[in-house]
Amino acid sequence: MTVDASPQGSIIYLEDVTVDYDGFKALRELNFFMDHRELRVVIGPNGAGKTTLLDVISGKVRPTAGRVIFGKDVELVGRRENEIASLGIGRKFQTPSIFGNLTVRENLELSRFRHSKGVFATFRAEPTAEERRRIADVLDTIGLADKASARAGGLSHGEKQWLEIGMVIVQRSELLLVDEPVAGMTDEETEKTARLLHSVAEERAVLVIEHDMEFVRSIARTVTVLHEGSVLCEGPVDEVQKDERVMEVYLGRSRAEAH
Amino acid sequence: MRERALSVGAALVLVVVLPVLNALPAESPLHVSDFTLNLFGKFLAYAILALGIDLIWGYAGVLSLGHGVFFGLGAYAMGMHLMLEIGTQSVYRNVLPDFMVWNRVTELPLFWRPFYSGPFTVLAVLVVPAVVAFVFGYLTFRSRIRGVYFSIITQALALSAWLMFNRNSLNLGGTNGLSGFKTAFGFPLNDPATQRGLYVVTALALCAAYLVCRYVTRSPVGKVLVAIRDGETRVLFSGYSPAAFKLFVLVVSAVLAGVAGALYVPQVGIITPAKMGVLPSIEMIVWVAVGGRGTLLGPVVGAVGVNWLQSILTTTYPDLWLLVFGGMFVAVVLFVPDGVVGTAQKMWSRAGLRRPRREAAAAGSGEPAREAVESPR
Repeated sequence: MTVDASPQGSIIYLEDVTVDYDGFKALRELNFFMDHRELRVVIGPNGAGKTTLLDVISGKVRPTAGRVIFGKDVELVGRRENEIASLGIGRKFQTPSIFGNLTVRENLELSRFRHSKGVFATFRAEPTAEERRRIADVLDTIGLADKASARAGGLSHGEKQWLEIGMVIVQRSELLLVDEPVAGMTDEETEKTARLLHSVAEERAVLVIEHDMEFVRSIARTVTVLHEGSVLCEGPVDEVQKDERVMEVYLGRSRAEAH
Repeated sequence: MRERALSVGAALVLVVVLPVLNALPAESPLHVSDFTLNLFGKFLAYAILALGIDLIWGYAGVLSLGHGVFFGLGAYAMGMHLMLEIGTQSVYRNVLPDFMVWNRVTELPLFWRPFYSGPFTVLAVLVVPAVVAFVFGYLTFRSRIRGVYFSIITQALALSAWLMFNRNSLNLGGTNGLSGFKTAFGFPLNDPATQRGLYVVTALALCAAYLVCRYVTRSPVGKVLVAIRDGETRVLFSGYSPAAFKLFVLVVSAVLAGVAGALYVPQVGIITPAKMGVLPSIEMIVWVAVGGRGTLLGPVVGAVGVNWLQSILTTTYPDLWLLVFGGMFVAVVLFVPDGVVGTAQKMWSRAGLRRPRREAAAAGSGEPAREAVESPR
């Protein structure tokens, strides 16, 4: 279990993080960390603080208290979203969020890692041959190579989701935050997404939020259960499912609603 | 390619053919009257401004209802220089502009003095709108004011600028604005040759503005602008600061508006606060909407077309114009959201859809050319 691992080796490390929305504590003194190249799934009933956790890491929400450390010693609290993205934390949103009026390839070119994404540096940001090759590889990985020149707005729901995953991959993120990737997908698409996330996780840490327990079982190595803003328990998916506290707060009470 | 041929042709007609026809003797059947040429000079100045609006609205999706302010700032900067050029040829034979004498101002206000210099004036035409846009944009975009909230604030900017410029105490002529110009940089304004020269300068400035916008929209920055329109949050989480890009494009479009204002003034001969308020700012939006936002030809076609129609209708059926104008706006919003040029482009590419496919099939394998989808809209 990762709970015993040393924080020094972690890719992301949250210590006593509290998020207070005018009295409602979305996160309560949350302690959470992940190892490099770990694939972690976070589950929990509605309102447990799952999305807030991603918001805190990606800089969208500033915690009321606590520390968020990326890699060895980079403090994330107080940094802007684009800065955190440039540091190597990619975020995939729940609803597909891509650039519909650009082509699939342009979407990836725009998202790719560059040292400076300021206005004037961007004027001279035509991709190099090496970068084109990398983007072609990612196009293969996400299965959209034959649609590279198509307008991204015309893709299917599943394809848009994969494109967005591709966009966070070319960002060279060391940590990928993925919010409910298979919501609204067909079984076949879900399977493909599971394979995609597994291959993505070979080179970087991936944090997935998911409701679909079947999907969780198909991808999860370690599962963290959030409840009312703190970690309820953490461990391999089978152990977690047998845990009585989890049965009580999550599986027992809201199994129907979670599906 | 098609668009390139079209714009080069249009540029030639505007820069060379029209002034040549104007220089023909008046008996010639092809003669273009001084009045018409002057009218077109005004339209082309508007087209420069429309290009700027298109850059920020059509590409980046940020709707500014305050571009009249930037237009007015450029126009007033030029107007102040032309006012000072009048010198003692004015009605009151005073070195001070007439309205100052009228308002019992005895000494030229300090901020007027640098405008004696031509180079300073040209610089001010560019810099003043840029600085105002920068400060305004920095404050709003940094606070993440977006969408309709941004539009409302720009409208408030236009209203407050209009109120401010109406005040006599600002020493800019109050409601009557600046007028009565005699010369521009030494050239007599009542000479047709001067007006022809001003027209050519305006047409060339339009070409330059077009090339600047073309460069910006085709560069990776242009892609980021479209991306901001499609999904600003995604842009932010891709490591870009949307605020910085919006600020950049706001400043560029404000400078274009300022240049338009500066070219407008000597050709029309007057600038008043009524040109920089809420209403003119909205009219400018309509030009771009009618022409087609998100294309570069669209705003030019819209600005020239709408204003041409206005000048025809207001001379023949003066009461009808506002109805037509309003109807045009409603029609574009409801039925032709892509505008005239955007719709024409779409129909064209739909008609030519089979062609590229056949080419791709003939080419067999190999990477699909980037240029094949150069114009994604």
